[in-house]
Amino acid sequence: MWKIARQIVHAGIRTEAAPDIDETMRVAAERIQRELLDTLGQALAIRHVDAGSCNGCELEIHALDNPYYNVEGLGIRFVASPRHADLLLVTGPVARNMEVALKRTLEAMPEPRLVVAIGDCGCTGGIFGEGYASCGKVANVIPVDVAVPGCPPPPLEILRGILTAVRRGRTEDGAT
Amino acid sequence: MPGTRIRRLGVDLERLPGATPVWHAFVVAEPWFAAAQAARAGGWPMVSLWGTDRRAGKSGSLVVSAAFALPEGVVWLDLALGAAAPDYPDLSGLYPAAARMQRATADLLGIRPAGDTDTRRWLDHGAWTELHPLRHDGAVNPTPATQDYPFVRVEGDGVHEIPVGPVHAGTIEPGHFRFSVVGEKVLRLEERLGYVHKGIARRFAELAPLDAHRLAGRVSGDSTVAFAWAYCMALESVAGCTIPARAAALRALMLERERVANHLGDLGALGNDGAFAFGLAQFSRLREDWLRLSMQAFGHRLMMDSVVPGGVARELEADMAERIHRQCDAIEAEVRALRAIYDEHSGLQDRFVTTGTVAPALAAQLGLGGMAGRASGQALDLRCDQPWPPYERLDVRKAGHRNGDVAARVAVRFDEVFESLRLIRALCAHLPAGPARVGVAIPAAAAFGAGRIEGWRGEVFVALELDDSGAIRRCHCHDPSWHNWPVLEHAVIGNIVPDFPLINKSFNLSYAGVDG
Repeated sequence: MWKIARQIVHAGIRTEAAPDIDETMRVAAERIQRELLDTLGQALAIRHVDAGSCNGCELEIHALDNPYYNVEGLGIRFVASPRHADLLLVTGPVARNMEVALKRTLEAMPEPRLVVAIGDCGCTGGIFGEGYASCGKVANVIPVDVAVPGCPPPPLEILRGILTAVRRGRTEDGAT
Repeated sequence: MPGTRIRRLGVDLERLPGATPVWHAFVVAEPWFAAAQAARAGGWPMVSLWGTDRRAGKSGSLVVSAAFALPEGVVWLDLALGAAAPDYPDLSGLYPAAARMQRATADLLGIRPAGDTDTRRWLDHGAWTELHPLRHDGAVNPTPATQDYPFVRVEGDGVHEIPVGPVHAGTIEPGHFRFSVVGEKVLRLEERLGYVHKGIARRFAELAPLDAHRLAGRVSGDSTVAFAWAYCMALESVAGCTIPARAAALRALMLERERVANHLGDLGALGNDGAFAFGLAQFSRLREDWLRLSMQAFGHRLMMDSVVPGGVARELEADMAERIHRQCDAIEAEVRALRAIYDEHSGLQDRFVTTGTVAPALAAQLGLGGMAGRASGQALDLRCDQPWPPYERLDVRKAGHRNGDVAARVAVRFDEVFESLRLIRALCAHLPAGPARVGVAIPAAAAFGAGRIEGWRGEVFVALELDDSGAIRRCHCHDPSWHNWPVLEHAVIGNIVPDFPLINKSFNLSYAGVDG
C-alpha cells in the first residue's frame, strides 16, 4: 500500500486543459442543441462502435481515459450499452459485415442522440475506400453530426470533435 | 549470400533475395502435403496459408500457398490447382490453425481442401454480392450465406449460451463470442470473426507497389511498424534493394518502440481488468509519455507511414537519440516500481495466477506463437532465431515462461519491455551514419518476395507477388493472431465468465489483422 501511495504522489496530477471547440468540424450544423443540452445536463455518455477500423483509432480513444486527457473529469463516460448513450463514436470505414450491427446500435440509442465519425476512414473511407466488403465513410450508412479527420486523429482532436458535437449552450461567453 | 538452392522437406527450394531468408518452390499436390507432414514432424511452425488467382487468359491457375518456418528460413510452397477440381490436401489435421485460414481462402477464392468437414463460411457473412472476391471472374453469389451461423451446441443439464458481440461493451474491435456455460463456468467458447473484413487483399492490387506500404501499415493499427516493415522487406526483396544500415537501425528503433507502447498499454489494461484501476492510470500515463516522444521523433504517435520502401520517412533530429535514451531510463525506473507493486498485490495476483492457462504441450500442438507462445514454453522469437539486420548485432535476449497463465503473459510482457528498452538504448548509442533511405526501382517482371518481422504480438509475414507489368498481383498480409485466436478458445475452458475479459486482454489478439 505504501508503494502504491508513493507512486501516486510521485506521478502527481497530469491532467491538461480541455481543447477549444472547433466549429469547422461540424458537418451537420442544423442538428444539435438546446434540447440535447437540457437533456444531458453536465454529463455525456458515449458508446463506441468499431465498424471496420484497423484498431489505430481505438488506441487513441483509449488514450482519452489516461490522466492527461482525463475525460471522466469533464463528465464524459464511455458506456457499455447503447441504451445508456447520448453519443455514438464510430471508427473505421463501415465494413459490410458491420453494417447491420452499426445500424442496430444507433437504433438502440434514445433520442436525442449524436453521431461522431472518427478518423480518415470514418470521414471518407480512408485508404480502404468503398469496395465489395466496405461501405466507405460512416455517413454512407448512418447520419453523422461531426467527422474528425486524422489517421488516427490524436486524442485532443477526438475530444475536440466530441465537444464540438455537444457544444454547451450555456457557456459564459454566450455561445449557443 | 548463402547458396541459392537447397533441398528441404523433400522439395528443391530457391532462395529469394532479401533481408530474411525466404525459400520458394512450385510443387504439385503430393510433395506439397508431404512437405507439410515433414514440417510438422520436424516441429516447425506453419506460418501462413493463402490463395491466389494466377489465371490470365487461358494460362495460369488458381494457386494455394503455404509457408513454414524452418531453421534455414521461411519455406513458401505454391501448389497450382486443376481447373476441373480446385481442391488441395487439407493441412488442418497437421496444423489446427490452418482450418480458419482454409475457410477464409475458400470464401475469397472458392478453393477448399479435399474432404473438409467444416464448410461454414468464415469471412463471408452474407453481406457481399460477390461469389469469390479475389477471383478475377467477378462472379456473383447466387446464395449469400445465411445470417444464422451454426455454432456448435453444447448439450446437458443446466447448460446455457451467452452470445457476446459483435459490438462489445467497451472500446474494442468487433467479433462474436459464443459461450456455453454452466453457472459461471465456461464449458466452451466459440469465436466467430470476420466482421471487420474490408477487402484489404483486393485493395492491394489497386495500389502502386511504392504506395501500398500505407495499406500494409493499416492491416492492424497497433502493429503498423511491423506490417509496414514486413511489406517493405518483401518489396525490397522483389526490387533487389538493400536498405542502408541506418535505415535498418531506425526501423528497429521504431519496432521496439511499438512493442513497448503496446505492452505498456496492455499492462495497464490487465491491471484494470483485475480491478486495479491504479495500474491503468499509471501505465496509460507512461504510454502517453511514450507516444508523445514518438510524435516528436517520427512525426506520428503510432509511427504510421514512418517505414517506407527503401528506408524510413524521416531522419531523427540531432538531439533525439539522446532524448529517446533518457526517456528509456525514466520509463524503466517507473516500470520497475510498478512491477514490484503488481507482483506484491495479492488481489491482482489472485486474478492472474492459474487463470486462462495454456500448457506448453497444448501450445505446441495448436501452434501458439509470439508473445503468448513464449509465455507457454514456446521459445520462438525471430529476432533471436533468425535475426535480420540490425538484430544480428543486437543479441536479443528471448523472454520466456512455462506456466502459460495470465500471470505468465504479464511476466513476459514486463521482461520484453525491459529488453526492448535495452535494445532502444543500444540502437540510439550506435546509430550508423549514412542515408536513412534509398530509392527502390520496381522491376517490370513477375517476381515474388516475402518479409517476416517479429512484431509485438508475434510473427508478421507478408508475401508479395508482382505481375510482369510491375503491378501488385497479390499481397498476403498474415497477422500472428491467426494462430492464437483458436488457442484462446482453449485457454478459457473451465474458467469463470468474468475472467474472460482478463484472459482475452492477456493475449490481446487483433481482429482487424485476421479479418483483413
